[in-house]
Amino acid sequence: MVKSKKPKLAVWKFASCDGCQLSLLDCEDELLDVAEIVEIANFPEASREVKPGPYDISLVEGSITTPHDAERIHKIRRQSKILITIGACATAGGIQALRNFKDVREFINLVYANPKFISTLQNSTPISHHVYVDYELRGCPINKYQLLEVLNAFINNRKPNIPNTSVCIECKRKGITCVMVSEGKVCLGPVTHSGCNALCPSYNRGCFGCYGPKEASNTSSLANQFESMGLGNYDIVRTFRGFNAYSDAFRKESEAYEK
Amino acid sequence: MKILQANNFDLLLNILKENEYEIIGPTIQNGAIVYDKIESSRDFPIGYTDKQTPATYRIEKSNNDAFFHFVVGPQSWKRYLYPPVQKLFTAFLNGNAIKFEKEEFLPIKYAFIGVRSCEIQAIEIQDKVFFGGEFQNNRYKTLRKNSLIIAVNCSKAESNCFCTSMESGPEVKSGYDLVLTEIIYDKEHYFLINSGSQKGDEILSQMNLLEADENALKLGKDVIEKTKSQITKHLNISNLKELLLKNIESSIWEDVAKRCLSCGNCTMVCPTCFCMTVEDYTDLQKTKAERIQKWDSCFTLEYSYIHGGSVRVSVGSRYRQWLTHKLASWHEQFGTSGCVGCGRCITWCPVGIDITEEASKIRKISEYQNISLEEN
Repeated sequence: MVKSKKPKLAVWKFASCDGCQLSLLDCEDELLDVAEIVEIANFPEASREVKPGPYDISLVEGSITTPHDAERIHKIRRQSKILITIGACATAGGIQALRNFKDVREFINLVYANPKFISTLQNSTPISHHVYVDYELRGCPINKYQLLEVLNAFINNRKPNIPNTSVCIECKRKGITCVMVSEGKVCLGPVTHSGCNALCPSYNRGCFGCYGPKEASNTSSLANQFESMGLGNYDIVRTFRGFNAYSDAFRKESEAYEK
Repeated sequence: MKILQANNFDLLLNILKENEYEIIGPTIQNGAIVYDKIESSRDFPIGYTDKQTPATYRIEKSNNDAFFHFVVGPQSWKRYLYPPVQKLFTAFLNGNAIKFEKEEFLPIKYAFIGVRSCEIQAIEIQDKVFFGGEFQNNRYKTLRKNSLIIAVNCSKAESNCFCTSMESGPEVKSGYDLVLTEIIYDKEHYFLINSGSQKGDEILSQMNLLEADENALKLGKDVIEKTKSQITKHLNISNLKELLLKNIESSIWEDVAKRCLSCGNCTMVCPTCFCMTVEDYTDLQKTKAERIQKWDSCFTLEYSYIHGGSVRVSVGSRYRQWLTHKLASWHEQFGTSGCVGCGRCITWCPVGIDITEEASKIRKISEYQNISLEEN
């Protein structure tokens, strides 16, 4: 075996907006460094040249929404040593998982002139519902520095620095004043996974929960607080039904307020 | 005790600047009073006050032009003495050798203006943590030794203040270089100013101020008495350590876990919390690595991670760790309580969990158990 052979990287797309895989291209300053360290073997968004598997690292974007994709993800898993899902679609089903709360056939009949050509699943589901996932990178979209950090950690054979703490920890380190306590704004920060460096509170807005639930996400206590701040059931349902609506914690909370 | 007229406050600021201090004090940013750079007296929250209850904080116009008519906000001085993110060192790979380069820091001379009595106590607690023992945090120690503490006696209390219970205020009694008491009375607006150290003497001697008369001294005492009378929150600390450590298995902890978000806000705003984590970063070329220190919290799962997994998985066990450390085991570790009664953890908890209420629940439960034991 050739010594120090470059690891092969593949980027795959499922139901998604492409924003997360674009954040790899968005690493303008670091992209050449990345390309020197890994062989970008399969990344149709960046290059027509597609090299066959197996791949050392597969980055998977998007959720599973069709019977065809439900098959395809298994083929990708078989060709990948390490499979990392990137973004809210791949890790939680994405914004398109809002359909999981309704009857998808009604949407199809409403939207498409010829519904019979549409082959789709009732639910939009995260990749982890179908195959084993080695690592999840959260966010809508992901943070490009976190993506670099995960690739960097893989190359250097170390643990990535991707804390699963709340957004509040990043917010307070930055010295941002809590928008919920000081202005009564609805903020999902206390129950949301960190990673965005408290982007929205830094611009004086509440957190939308783009990174999905943090570990031990106590959504019911936060929802109680939203109630005492004057939010009605409908607004609470809407608050938890964003890009990570189908993540366990956020889904259960929104369903509790829908009854 | 001297008198500094409010309209002459810039004299103090100018002398601090002449003595090469970087002045940090209260100022309004994004709807809160935070500690940041002060250039002139106009930067203070003149004419504003704060209203605090569990999980709410608001600033509003007050009925006078006071500089310091508010209590503590979301930040504490630890942001400056112990910054939230610090690089510790960089390591370079050169052939087979690794070269370590320690991160240098600027030995800034901070003048902290508007430090409250409870905050002085908090700084002194962190002194014990960072350079009270065998292992010394050189960066903290240098910044602390360089700093000038210009304290202010609180002219009001808010509903989350409980300094009288923790014997930390409201009157500034020690640990200051200069102390101010703001007096607004009968169209007069001035500060009583007194020195508490040699550094304070040096600044005061450059100001050429008039001595305070007896009337002014009495008004100063009245300010402190009035503030004391406004404090409504109390924590009974007698035997508290023993009570808490006896109730490690109480159902109280699981009860609070139903409300606790384990978000870590209480620890981030606490002026004595000092926990940190380190993260190692590498570059893609495998030639350079950096170690970064960041504020951490005992409320995170990773905080208690050791080989095999995290020790404190349940949120109840994390809250228990925090509260019992603050109010009980801190005594064993540092010979003092870890709580100064500033009330920040109550105000800035997004769901308003109150440390005094949780601690008193433990007391009530134990008293009830004692009674029922006696009855049996």
